[in-house]
Amino acid sequence: MWNEGPMIWTSDVLILLTSVGIIGVLTHFKKWKWLWDEWLTTVDHKKIGIMYLIAALLMMFRGGVDALLMRTQLAVPNNHLLTAEHYDQIFTTHGTIMILFMAMPFIFAMFNIVVPLQIGARDVAFPYLNAISFWLFFFAALLFNLSFVFGGSPDAGWVSYPPLTELGFDKGPGENFYLLAVQITGIGSIGTGINFLATIFKMRAPGMKLMKMPLFTWSVVAASIVIIAAFPALAIALALLLLDRVFGTHFFTMLHGGDPMMFVNLFWIWGHPEVYIVILPAFGIFSEVVATFSKKRIFGYSSMVASLLLISVISYFVWAHHFFTMGAGANVNTFFAVASMMVAIPTGVKVFNWLFTMYRGRVTMSLPMWWTASFVLNFLMGGATGVMLAVAPADYQYHNSYFLIAHFHQTLIGGTVYGLLAGMYYWWPKMFGFKLDKKLGMWAMVLFNIGFYVCFMPQYALGFMGMQRRMYTYPAGMGWGTLNFISTIGAYLMGLGFLFIVIEVIYSIKYGERDLTGDPWNGRTLEWSLPSPAPHYNFAVIPTVTERDYWWELKENNRTHELRPKAETLKSIEMPKNSARPFLMGVAFFFAGFGFVFHWLILGFAALAIVAAIMIHRALEVHDEYAVPVDEILETEAATGRL
Amino acid sequence: MAVSETHLKQGAAMSELPLEYQTPNDSVKILGFWIFLATDMLLFGCLFATYLVLRTHTDGGPTAHQLFDVPGFTSETFILLTSSFTGGLATLSMRNGNKRAVISWMIVTILLGLSFIGFEAHEFATDVLAGATMQRSAFLSAFFTLVGTHGTHVSIGIVWMLLTMINVARRGLTPATSRKVFIVNLYWHFLDVVWVFIFTIVYLSGVVM
Ligand code: HEM
Ligand SMILES: [Cu+2]
Repeated sequence: MWNEGPMIWTSDVLILLTSVGIIGVLTHFKKWKWLWDEWLTTVDHKKIGIMYLIAALLMMFRGGVDALLMRTQLAVPNNHLLTAEHYDQIFTTHGTIMILFMAMPFIFAMFNIVVPLQIGARDVAFPYLNAISFWLFFFAALLFNLSFVFGGSPDAGWVSYPPLTELGFDKGPGENFYLLAVQITGIGSIGTGINFLATIFKMRAPGMKLMKMPLFTWSVVAASIVIIAAFPALAIALALLLLDRVFGTHFFTMLHGGDPMMFVNLFWIWGHPEVYIVILPAFGIFSEVVATFSKKRIFGYSSMVASLLLISVISYFVWAHHFFTMGAGANVNTFFAVASMMVAIPTGVKVFNWLFTMYRGRVTMSLPMWWTASFVLNFLMGGATGVMLAVAPADYQYHNSYFLIAHFHQTLIGGTVYGLLAGMYYWWPKMFGFKLDKKLGMWAMVLFNIGFYVCFMPQYALGFMGMQRRMYTYPAGMGWGTLNFISTIGAYLMGLGFLFIVIEVIYSIKYGERDLTGDPWNGRTLEWSLPSPAPHYNFAVIPTVTERDYWWELKENNRTHELRPKAETLKSIEMPKNSARPFLMGVAFFFAGFGFVFHWLILGFAALAIVAAIMIHRALEVHDEYAVPVDEILETEAATGRL
Repeated sequence: MAVSETHLKQGAAMSELPLEYQTPNDSVKILGFWIFLATDMLLFGCLFATYLVLRTHTDGGPTAHQLFDVPGFTSETFILLTSSFTGGLATLSMRNGNKRAVISWMIVTILLGLSFIGFEAHEFATDVLAGATMQRSAFLSAFFTLVGTHGTHVSIGIVWMLLTMINVARRGLTPATSRKVFIVNLYWHFLDVVWVFIFTIVYLSGVVM
């Protein structure tokens, strides 16, 4: 910690100052109790969603700083701003954070904020588990980020391939940080997958048949199925590698019969479906946005559902396209090449359906719609380059080159991040009761979008020119200098775009247009029938659904009063009690992880014992619910003018 | 949970459901548990796949054939299958509303579970003393991890069964405690199913090969 140079010291000081600042502000405004009662112990899905969102945006910032550092390093040939080792650490933390600690919590933010409201439920199936999932993610992210100041970050890439990551080649604690943090957050993700599948299957409002569900909810079904089916493979891959490193087993070593390819397979059996886990909810968001802002029902609803499910199935049969060059043989490569190309078919169906929905619609170009429109172009290119990569023999040329980097950023940023931002803008009024400022938002959108093409288009070319991924510097004579320089400019434009989002949020908190109707976009689905923000019990009266886009139908037929509560018929509502245990469990997992990272086994096992104690306490608990009295409901509903 | 109370049909249809399904809350939890079991099944699936890939990677060390002790794993199998049966009897007694029988069958199941763990610990200890440690070869790493993970699950199951029993003893057979009895036994049967795979894929084919 003390001998690692000025960069680490600066971050140490910054972390210290920020912590002192946060503690100071909370103490000054006497907010500790509020923070504890309202947030840290909450089991309310809407609040958990907001916490996921804040965390995801923070992580997007951290991952973005990594990206800018890398792009700065690569801007000119023979640059030595970063050492090779530091560069390795940065691309590793960048990739890991963006996928596991930014995209995942961001989709979970959307799941939590939207799904129960869309299906007319008061909560998720397992509110307590939901809180546990969040705190596992949160403390895993903390653990992962701490690696930077405690002992060094992981540096073997976000894929963490052995034997490079075996103890013999990688002593440092960095790799342990990676394995434990990702494992802990992964457990949380499995919990979330189970939770939302059960929620959607069991808790829909009466009358909401599966084929009447909003498409975002459908996309959550598809993503949850993939989570449930994919994350166990990651858990095993990480656990076995940890066993190799800590207990000296030989799953993936070069000695005593270990087989590193086994890890590579297990990793990608999770890793490929993972990219669909993060893109499917984005598809769901686009469907909602396009329908709402075209004022039309979505074109080809059933084919949209079918393609979501088809994508989630095909995503299991493509993982080997990540290692076409590793000599599996022509038959295996052919199978995986064809399967990979097949994903383009259902995806194409979706794109056409979105376009047909817009066609002849009364399209309003709001911010969510701008992000959606930009996504379509991106995804056409990302899809095309994806099919290029799926051509196994051609992949021998661009495997691990910048072409690949350009491709997956085009889909991950242009698909997932654009989708999540569209979702954030779209549901922001529902979460907080005000809209985000359009003008600042347009600046962010335009800068980000231009920056995107400036940053990644040159990388396709660089890939063809032979530039490999994960190179920390390159000699001058390669002819890569100019394109790299342009690419770096693009990265900074995107960074600027992100700053505009931050400014926009701060500005809108003060000046943003307040949403008094609860339905600022003239929406189609049930969440817009509620006031913004929704009361903690969501629906005073559970609606009985008869149509797809039920809220829209009611509005068309002037029947919206049907969803208003009536004072006489209100009943008290059972809601889950807040609990400190999910938070404490996260803390315990954090210390367990920290202990194992440094081989302090006593700390590790002691912390796990606390986890066990918490679970035993829960198993013996009798009442975890309380009744919200009718008076309180009356008061809340009256305050929003609904009674 | 209120959250879903409106979502199930009330009245006549309700009372025909078994006790553990009678409140919507409990039926949601049971579904959630089934989904959890699916993830656990996949977890074991990956461990089996790893074992199948590595089982011949003995690096000149002990092989499955030399190591596996037929009477040992046969007894384990009998014990676990029997415990699954007694666990089933506990569920049956729960359905019949017989609290004392539930508790008794759970005690029997726990005892059988403990003896299964005893046998397994003995087997592991013998192997290790003979130099067949999980550090010796990839085959042994995979073997100990797969079988050990199952053993850990059984141990967790024992603690869980105990907690459920305490709940039933304290609170009687309510929908909530019945659901707990049902779920813990579901888990127990699942461990049995996994064991059947371990028995055939690891032990039997190990001895035959
Ligand atoms: C501001 C936007 C971004 C920029 C400028 C950027 C830039 C980069 C750069 C320069 C690399 C390293 C290339 C190399 O040297 O091999 C990289 C790798 C990577 N990026 Fe990004 N990135 C951005 C956003 C994202 C997002 C949003 C995601 C995922 C959701 C992501 C996922 C990854 C992954 C998985 C890797 C591979 C890491 C590895 O090689 O292990 N990036 N990115
Ligand atoms: Cu893939």
